[in-house]
Amino acid sequence: MIIKTNKLNLWYGAFQALIDVDLAIERNRITALIGPSGCGKSTLLRVFNRMNDLIEGVRMSGSVNFEGKEILDHEIDLITLRKRIGMVFQRPNPFPLSVFENVVYGLRVHGEKNKQVLAEAAEKSLSAVLLFDELKDKLSMNALGLSLEQQQRLCIARLLSVTPEVLLMDEPCSALDPFATMKIEELMIELKKQYTIVIVTHNMQQAARISDDCGYLLLGELVEFADTKKIFTTPADKRTEDYITGRFG
Amino acid sequence: MIEQREHFQKELAKLNDLILKMGGMVEKSIFNSVEALKKSDAKMADQVIKLDDGIDKLELEIDELCLELLATQQPMAIDLRFITTGMRIASDIERIGDLAVDIALRAFELSKQPLLKPLEDIPKMAELAEKMVHRALDSFVKRDAAMARGLWADEEKADGYRDLIHDELVGIMTKDPSTISRALPLILIARHLERIADHTTNIGEDVVYMVEGKVIKHAPK
Repeated sequence: MIIKTNKLNLWYGAFQALIDVDLAIERNRITALIGPSGCGKSTLLRVFNRMNDLIEGVRMSGSVNFEGKEILDHEIDLITLRKRIGMVFQRPNPFPLSVFENVVYGLRVHGEKNKQVLAEAAEKSLSAVLLFDELKDKLSMNALGLSLEQQQRLCIARLLSVTPEVLLMDEPCSALDPFATMKIEELMIELKKQYTIVIVTHNMQQAARISDDCGYLLLGELVEFADTKKIFTTPADKRTEDYITGRFG
Repeated sequence: MIEQREHFQKELAKLNDLILKMGGMVEKSIFNSVEALKKSDAKMADQVIKLDDGIDKLELEIDELCLELLATQQPMAIDLRFITTGMRIASDIERIGDLAVDIALRAFELSKQPLLKPLEDIPKMAELAEKMVHRALDSFVKRDAAMARGLWADEEKADGYRDLIHDELVGIMTKDPSTISRALPLILIARHLERIADHTTNIGEDVVYMVEGKVIKHAPK
């Protein structure tokens, strides 16, 4: 496994958003987190690269182990952590820069100046998200002029350029139409060969289609975590069954 | 807890009702086909054959409803298992209906000549097969896997009856070959009843999957 939580608890002030979460994320698999709004799935996702630190009043207990290192450790280098565990958000958020500058942004931040290295990284990252052929003659165009789906692919390419190991995706298709969603889903299946993906989604069919493992959260508790096929055909917990069959939610 | 997807729940209830209706028709067919045999009643045999059209139409209706629910509702977990099981059960019930027609055809054939001997084991076997169909459908309605598992023992009894009837009639035909035209249809009827018993165990296996999510098909019972 690549990430493992043990008795993870998280509070926003007095409100406990995660309760004793034990979860193991396997390498080169897509892990989906599902559950009703406010169940803690996005909070859990943000724990993995400490994005919750940006919220005031957040407290955590327990442990989150990433490749032998404790993520919750105050000494941990957050820049390195977020380079290794990158995040894709609901709405594509390209910078108002050229396509090329968007892709190499992370590398520049990390001090890379060699033009050839940057060009190679841009081609490699754009190719990985199947965008290079479409955009190779338009690398200088403003990224905001791309379609939403292209923008989301570009944001994924921007992550890949800094060679992460884990991609966290928070509702990455919620702003996209069904066709663009399908294309991003195909991309995720392709990307898992090289990366580990954790996705939060409200779309249960999406979780069923693309994930290998799936966790159901309810009121901050990880009710069930299992192979996706099992979760959607024979869930062990009645609460999971009620949610995925639409009897509760 | 809020009960949601009311329309979907109604459609699932409709599927349940259609399967039960089809099962009820098939139980009636088996009963009437054996009654036609016992009473040498060609008219009753004919009624069984005519009823089969209605059973076939119900199977198509169930298939269509299941496909529609799969395509439009994206069912999950127990709902998914119920719908896929429903399709398979409807197919088994339809085959049982066809076997009742086969029995009725044999009864029709035999109604033209005197019975070879008073029927003893075939009515008992028919009663067992009817009981098995009823039990299979009951286990489906009550979502009762233990009840479904009870079918395996009955299937062995049905196999025993088939062998008994076969051996007795082969003995009669060997002694007097002129009895072949009256004995052979009875052997076939025993075979049809045994196949009906087999189909009920298929239904039982599907019910266990639907209730427990365990696939027990092709596994030693």
